[in-house]
Amino acid sequence: MQAMEEEMERDDKVMIMGEEVAQFKGSYKVTEGLLERFGDKRVIDTPISEAGFTGLAIGAAMMGLRPICELMFWSFSYVAFDQLFNNAPNVRYMSGGLANVPLVIRGPANGGTNVGATHSHTPENFAANTPGLKVVCPATPYDAKGLLKAAIRDNDPVFVMENTILYNDKGEVPEEDYIVPLGVADVKREGTDLTIVAHGRATITSLKAAEILKAEHGIDVEVVDLRSIRPLDEETILKSVRKTNRVLLVEENKPFCGVDAQISHMIQEKAFDYLDGPIKRLSAVDAPAIYSPPLEKLQLPYPELVVKYALDTLR
Amino acid sequence: MATVIDMPKLSDTMTVGTLISWLKNEGDAIEPGDLIAEVETDKATMELEAFEEGILLKQVAGVGDQVAIGGVVAVIGEKGEKIDLEALTGGAAPAEAPKEETKADEQKAEAPAAKEEGPAETSKADVAASTEVLSAPASDGRVKASPLARKLAEKKGIDLSTVKGSGPGGRIVKADVEAATGAPAGAQSTGSSAPASIPMTSSGSAIAEDGKLPLSGMRSIIAQRLMESKSQVPHFYLETEVDVAPLMKLRADLNAHLSQLPPEQGGIKLTVTDFILKATAEALRRVPQVNSAWGGDHVQQYGAVHMGVAVAVDDGLVVPVIQDAHAKGVRQISAELKELAGKAKNKKLKPNEMSGSTFTVSSLGMFPITGFFGIINQPNAGILSVGTAIKKPVVDANDQIVVGNRMTIGGSFDHRVVDGAVGAMFLKALKEILETPALILL
Repeated sequence: MQAMEEEMERDDKVMIMGEEVAQFKGSYKVTEGLLERFGDKRVIDTPISEAGFTGLAIGAAMMGLRPICELMFWSFSYVAFDQLFNNAPNVRYMSGGLANVPLVIRGPANGGTNVGATHSHTPENFAANTPGLKVVCPATPYDAKGLLKAAIRDNDPVFVMENTILYNDKGEVPEEDYIVPLGVADVKREGTDLTIVAHGRATITSLKAAEILKAEHGIDVEVVDLRSIRPLDEETILKSVRKTNRVLLVEENKPFCGVDAQISHMIQEKAFDYLDGPIKRLSAVDAPAIYSPPLEKLQLPYPELVVKYALDTLR
Repeated sequence: MATVIDMPKLSDTMTVGTLISWLKNEGDAIEPGDLIAEVETDKATMELEAFEEGILLKQVAGVGDQVAIGGVVAVIGEKGEKIDLEALTGGAAPAEAPKEETKADEQKAEAPAAKEEGPAETSKADVAASTEVLSAPASDGRVKASPLARKLAEKKGIDLSTVKGSGPGGRIVKADVEAATGAPAGAQSTGSSAPASIPMTSSGSAIAEDGKLPLSGMRSIIAQRLMESKSQVPHFYLETEVDVAPLMKLRADLNAHLSQLPPEQGGIKLTVTDFILKATAEALRRVPQVNSAWGGDHVQQYGAVHMGVAVAVDDGLVVPVIQDAHAKGVRQISAELKELAGKAKNKKLKPNEMSGSTFTVSSLGMFPITGFFGIINQPNAGILSVGTAIKKPVVDANDQIVVGNRMTIGGSFDHRVVDGAVGAMFLKALKEILETPALILL
């Protein structure tokens, strides 16, 4: 919110559109107060038509505006698949560099909130699989603000995938202007025995697991938060792998062709001789998001499960 | 020219030898074949033999010292010869294993080995546990090692085939290579934290002295092998009750006559275990699937029964093996078991007398233990656990309650090789043979 406000203040080309972002202040109140401050020319309620308003935003971006589209759920991006995963990433290439698409699409992309299989997708791997798209998954309030500001200032389409469960997390967020650059991972916890690579809420889960592993097993875990899925900060991951020699990848993405499949490949390719055991992965259980709340909780990585996988990785 | 006598590898699993006593003193003349010292390995006490002729110039290792394989034990040379130990050992300190704290007067101050007093206890245990030569990788000729372990071994010039892997499936990992080089594990511990010491407050006199007891080589091996078995082998357990009245009568009859005779006339005193070993060999003949081993990508079937027998010794347990038990009679099995058990108690078993078992029998029948289930002695597919014979009320063939003499026999099996029905068939065969003991006289 602060990010959008500051950026709208800084640059009058920045505008917001989406379902219920103006009068209702956003489904999750992320855009609260923006309508009053910047008016209905820059904070626009759209019809329930993702394909329509994202196409509109791409056009606006090509013409020089810097639109931010809120998706009520990233799951609804599938309605606008052609616009978001086909047009947005390819305009610059197809136009021979004549037109840029400085577009930000943001909204929640997470399971675990009992909204059913069709509302719980985490398509960061789709986006990362698409040349021309950038995708970030902030885990902390600090990163959320810094990454969103970097996304708004970027001249290419950036997908910001937030997590509604983390909306309630409180964290230190400086009032001043700062950005978290795209493509820079963050070591959220230093350790020597095991590297856990995670993104989004899986980072928070892994940090909790790291505390348990330290307290109950004396194991020092290093937690690398990717922050950006693409561009990917390979060096920070590799540096940690070279230090600990053991790797566990944790994500809320589905396992098959998930983000961590790529990370795993990258590590074995570039740090093979530093591995003291197979890379292990913990992803969401490979099934549609389960509607039963108790089962849904078990579908996603949770700290105790991460601990179990970590111990297994260290065998 | 002075020659170094170093610690030989006296058993498959040995990594260090403890010098028990010197049989020759400094200044003694040595002939090739002379026994110069007694060395305790993880399994037995053995004599160290000299292959050189000369004068024992120096006893480098002290009594009680643990010397790693290849470490310097003694120097032999010509009378009056000056020796330069550093030159003899190539400038390197002899590979002496970090030693326990010993009494000051036992320490050889002139031994040039680097004395590491601090981390001695744990690192020694690590070495003993992790440098055991493993048979697993040899099965397909490949040495399993992590990429990092390979790189480290290459850098340090270590032959990975001599390193025991502690990872899954025997994979050699970084810690194993470091242990093999004797290097400290360094700052990067893999998380095994020492258990916190528990403050003891006792009222009354203590039952034993508090403190950490050093691990004997045998204790390390027992811990490692049984941990491996119980965590890697999917055990399942079957139990049967055997009517041993006929067996007890047969044994009493035989012993009544045979124990009176001198040995040269065939005098012998047979134990219940002798009969059980013979009956087990016969049962394995009927259900040979149990006489096999899991081989990873195959099942190893054994054509002969080499019967391991668990024997309790002072500070642990050893399993001597009766070779070709299927081809031997009760008398011979009895004689061999007596000899092997005697050697076991005196720690005189040779490595080849403790290897190659295809099945193992463990008996606690001398204790009031009515039944139990042993941990499989890998690579066996099963272990028989023999309880004591007890008198109890039983229902006979005429539905009458009578006094019976019963023994409970448990079988632990490796489910990868032996399924429930096969295990049951084996115990059924064993029960039939034991209940008609005349069958094993043939």
